Amino acid sequence: MSDNDQLIKYVVRLGDDALVIGQRLLEWCSNGPFLEEDLALSNTSLDFIGRARFFYSYAAELSGQGKTEDDFAYTRDCRDFSNCLIYELPRGDFAFSYVRQFFIDAFDVLFFEAMQSSSNEHLVAIADKAIKESRYHLRHSSEWMRRLGDGTSESHQRLQSAINSLTEFVGELFEVDDFLEAMISDGTAVDPRLFQAQWQATVNTVFEQATVSLPEQGEWHQTGGREGNHTEHLGHLLSELQFMQRAYPGLQW
Amino acid sequence: MASKDVTSKDMTPIAVEPVIVEPAAAKETEGVIKLLDHDEWLRRQSYSDSLLSPIFQLLENVKDPEIPALSIWDMGILRRVESRGDQLTVVITPTYSGCPAMDLILEQIDTELRQAGYQNIKVDVQLSPAWTTSWMSEDARQRMQQSGIAPPQESVSKAQPLCPVCESKETELISEYGSTACKALYRCTSCLEPFDYFKAF
Repeated sequence: MSDNDQLIKYVVRLGDDALVIGQRLLEWCSNGPFLEEDLALSNTSLDFIGRARFFYSYAAELSGQGKTEDDFAYTRDCRDFSNCLIYELPRGDFAFSYVRQFFIDAFDVLFFEAMQSSSNEHLVAIADKAIKESRYHLRHSSEWMRRLGDGTSESHQRLQSAINSLTEFVGELFEVDDFLEAMISDGTAVDPRLFQAQWQATVNTVFEQATVSLPEQGEWHQTGGREGNHTEHLGHLLSELQFMQRAYPGLQW
Repeated sequence: MASKDVTSKDMTPIAVEPVIVEPAAAKETEGVIKLLDHDEWLRRQSYSDSLLSPIFQLLENVKDPEIPALSIWDMGILRRVESRGDQLTVVITPTYSGCPAMDLILEQIDTELRQAGYQNIKVDVQLSPAWTTSWMSEDARQRMQQSGIAPPQESVSKAQPLCPVCESKETELISEYGSTACKALYRCTSCLEPFDYFKAF
């Protein structure tokens, strides 16, 4: 694989992560528990979709051949998507969505901070914008952890159930395969292992305040997203996302 | 990568600081004249460049779709104008990643310039340096306040905006996210009106 192809593959990974979670968050639009939260979820989604657009546009620029961001978002099927599995899980109840979001936000703050030191200027520029947004996201989702965990017995129970279900999907965020190892050593990519402990500390601190706990994480965790081995959920997500482009290929708005 | 290695050699986690979730605390800046960052200083200097002045004037007609009182110049979205032969290049930068107004702004710039007779127009979107509210001029902030939106308060950990309606300081946060992702929703406890606050970032 040429250097350019490797860079495209890495950038598309990041775009896929952002697009899939952006799409999941958008499912709360008009379904939020109250208006301010509906707005918050929709606006957070917009931040992620904006990032996906930046990443895909960069990948399109690197690919040449007249490709655009839309080609990446709308014309690829499940097996070609390389996002981590945690992003594609259905939104579940409110607690589930926010535990997932909290895990992601705590990760993103550290991830984009690290990306600001990338040897690739374009990625640094994207990181400079993303980090500011992720800090707001983390503040918001941490607050929900506390409110739900330290709330009623029902909210506490739902929060703990959500945590128990989601824990096995966390490990994949910190996985480093051979491909990523190579991208890390040339300075382009972020090494998530370097901040895994900090992520853990953040989660532990907030969970303690929320009076919930993270179950023991064993050796095994859910994986496969990076290779295109996805859950069934991604198929449903893409069929909604890509419906127009598949029903009317080449359509122009 | 200049990241801190926070795991010990055998990969057991060592005690680390959790991520700080509050924005940076305020520094004492009363009475201090703030320096503009270099890129912003250059931008403001270029406004008075006699050759590009008519173009900047024209582009003052392109307003922020969400805040019609302010132009893309006022908002710091319009970064640079270059004229090479008959090729006109306009450089803009997005405010936050997902700002949906950017596509509309792009179109409006094109329309405005074409209506004035320019034909060879290129609009570039520049990501770096990252847009920041500190690029908004004092005048722009005042006009924003007058149009009903509290302007961003730079370098404070907890914003205390003045009510745009009655100017009271007794305001409280309702939600971090307001009508758009760049704004938060506040309420005045004095006149009881809700209002948007443009978040500083």
